Amino acid sequence: MEVIFVLIGVSLILAVTFLILFFKAMKDGQFDDGYTPSVRILFENQPKKSIKSQPKKTKSYE
Amino acid sequence: MSQSKPSTLLSKCYHCGEDCQEGVVAFDDKNFCCQGCRLVYEVLSQNDLCEYYALEPTPGKTQKNQSRLKNRFDYLDDPEVVNQLIDFRNEQESHITFHIPLIHCASCIWLLENLFQINSAIVSSRVDFLKKKVQVKFLHQKISLKEVVTLLSTLGYEPRIHLSDLGQKPKNSVDRKTLTKLGVAGFAFGNMMLFSMPEYFSEAKLLGEGFKGLFDYLNVLLSLPVVFYAASDYYISAWNAVKQRKINMDVPIVLGIFAFFLYSLWEIFLQGNAGYMDSLGGLIFFLLLGKVYQQKTFSSLEFDRDYKAYFPIAVTRQRQNREEVIPLSKLEVGDVILVRDEELIPADALLLSGQASIDYSFVTGEEIPVPKQKGELIYAGGRQKGDAILLTVQKSPSQSYLTDLWNNETFEKPNKKLLEPLANRISGVFTWTVLTIAVLAFFYWFGKDLSIAVKAFTTVLIVACPCALSMSTPFTLGNTLRIFGKSKFYLKNASVIERLALVDTVVFDKTGTLTDPANAQITYSGEPLSEESKSILKALVERSTHPLSNRINHWLGSISSASLKNVREIKGKGLIGEYQFQEFKLGSGELVQMENQDTPEVGNLVYFSVEGVLIGYFHIQSGLRSSAPEMVRDLSGNYGLHILSGDHCHEQASLKKRLEKDVNFNFNQSPKDKLDYVHQLNTEGKTTLMVGDGLNDAGALQESQVGIAVTDQVSHFSPASDAILDASSFSRIPNFLSFAQSSRTIIKLSFGLSFLYNIVGLSLAVQGLLSPVLCAILMPASSISVVLFTTLATNLMGMKKGLIHLNKS
Repeated sequence: MEVIFVLIGVSLILAVTFLILFFKAMKDGQFDDGYTPSVRILFENQPKKSIKSQPKKTKSYE
Repeated sequence: MSQSKPSTLLSKCYHCGEDCQEGVVAFDDKNFCCQGCRLVYEVLSQNDLCEYYALEPTPGKTQKNQSRLKNRFDYLDDPEVVNQLIDFRNEQESHITFHIPLIHCASCIWLLENLFQINSAIVSSRVDFLKKKVQVKFLHQKISLKEVVTLLSTLGYEPRIHLSDLGQKPKNSVDRKTLTKLGVAGFAFGNMMLFSMPEYFSEAKLLGEGFKGLFDYLNVLLSLPVVFYAASDYYISAWNAVKQRKINMDVPIVLGIFAFFLYSLWEIFLQGNAGYMDSLGGLIFFLLLGKVYQQKTFSSLEFDRDYKAYFPIAVTRQRQNREEVIPLSKLEVGDVILVRDEELIPADALLLSGQASIDYSFVTGEEIPVPKQKGELIYAGGRQKGDAILLTVQKSPSQSYLTDLWNNETFEKPNKKLLEPLANRISGVFTWTVLTIAVLAFFYWFGKDLSIAVKAFTTVLIVACPCALSMSTPFTLGNTLRIFGKSKFYLKNASVIERLALVDTVVFDKTGTLTDPANAQITYSGEPLSEESKSILKALVERSTHPLSNRINHWLGSISSASLKNVREIKGKGLIGEYQFQEFKLGSGELVQMENQDTPEVGNLVYFSVEGVLIGYFHIQSGLRSSAPEMVRDLSGNYGLHILSGDHCHEQASLKKRLEKDVNFNFNQSPKDKLDYVHQLNTEGKTTLMVGDGLNDAGALQESQVGIAVTDQVSHFSPASDAILDASSFSRIPNFLSFAQSSRTIIKLSFGLSFLYNIVGLSLAVQGLLSPVLCAILMPASSISVVLFTTLATNLMGMKKGLIHLNKS
């Protein structure tokens, strides 16, 4: 049963890792704005265009 | 999808979606309502950013009323101002956060985050949608702050920069702290539960003695951050209360935490028992959860705005025939300032030259401009409509007629006479009762068994620790706040709800609050208007954005307009146009050359003449909001009603007819009078609710127990207040009041519920029977059931009062 000592250690280390990750996310401001990212993720990734002088009309999004 | 295509008869603007009333500006196969909208489209299409229009149909806002003055951002060249505005600067980059009230849809986010595609000197930009803020990082060697702001305003997203923003640094660490504490408490609570499980199921013995000891010591270790870090706010709050010889909700909580912690230490280290550490972790975790839930804020709204938020940051000063833009703080008495169209007058000043036509809508709520003569004193807070005027400053901005209000002692008090919250009053009684029971139990067992006596004493404190009790308030109020917010009634914080529930007297401001400028009463007198003259009038008023023109336009209804030639607007006077070689004039008496002008006591007169011959005139008065009489009737049964007005008293008869009889009317009230009136009511022992809108109500809003600012656009101007109400929800004030009362009742009921749990727990505790297992079950069970009860009950009441709708269609 002594293996349980090891398991407890492992589980605590895991839990502490997650706590530290939480602190880091908090510091980076992940919890400051709970709404905008939900909209942002739906935007199309535009390929970065090199020339902007294309006399293009509105793209059709139909 | 072809939802953005115009389909109705009146074509809709491709940019802003408004009807093109003044003719269509066609460009690139699209219709626009004005040049401003077209310009925005042009900039976007040149930069290949037309996805803006694909994300949401007609995402823009009309550009019609945008100020187009080139030099209005000149003050951003002043390095002192720039330094106060930016958040961060290094050798290359500057970071700045703008407040842009116009942010309203996904397209806005997309466009504002793609600024770098328009100008490569912008590194990146990031939108916070709820706060309506955007942080822009730019290379300040390639682009100046002024250019960034100009770019934003060309796109239709003009940032709002105010005097009160200067020197203010963003602060968002408060909320983060509570969340971090919640994280720590949750982490410790989860692990402690895990280590306590074997004990509860008698598995620890099977594993052997070594394990049991290990589990207990681990629990002690895990409890340390909870007791010394996560719970620290409660110690501070309780200590502050005790220092003032008061007992608030946090005092019994802190007593409980200490009893928990010390008794568990004693049990674990001296008795070799399991202790109550897991329940302690759970208690603090749930308490913090309630706190976070209650911390709902309407962070895009500003409740504490003072006059500084209204005033521009900079003014144009004339000195030795040179114009210079200086920060407002450098303005001195005697300076000559130039105020252009749509600019705010920052200080009480004398009119030197020019045609002044001042719109005092911030101040009084009445938006029709008042003409001023040369030499007249113009109060700060007015907005010039028309050509530029020259003024001499008479008083510094901080001492003008209006801002004088802020020097009143009412504004000195940091926290207005807060009513003692219900929970605090109960907890006083509660704490003494629990202490008495604990002491009685101790002495009862003292003679028989000392260890049971100690156990009974501490477990009484532990089990009585008002976990459920103290959670009922934050959860009920937090949910109430949310429901109010959905109905467009935004409260500054949760404590306003309890004060709202106790209100017995309601004071209304009349102008702009009970009356609605858009709901004007128009009477026409003179020769009857033929269809032809109506269509001529329509053609005239359609060219103007003046509020009176809009009202006449509204009054005329949807008739087709005649085609006029040479239509021109003379700012502050009226409109002139030609139709079949005749000159038509619509405007003030001065414009139509009336000899004996009789200015009406109320409202405004607009004259209509052909070739210099007067045909008739319109008499325009602002009317009551359509919902106002009914709402006043609803309130009159239960509340004392008072109406304050800055106007003269001749409207009293007509108002009285339409409103209830037992309403107290007071006319000719200056801002200071309003404040004193509310103060008088307060000293009579009334609990007052003030409903107002303009800066002239600011004093009364501050003095009353609850001040509600009514506004047509919540993100726009409103004076400092406890709550901001969208004008569209104005008729619901009676519902809001009664819902606030219900939520107070719900708090009381949930107190009852948690007392039941306490009685069960206490009866076990005084017998010395409370075990860690029972505690670990009782504690979360009571908390969760109280939370469920309050949430369900508030939602149910919200539905009953018509504030929540099940189908959100």
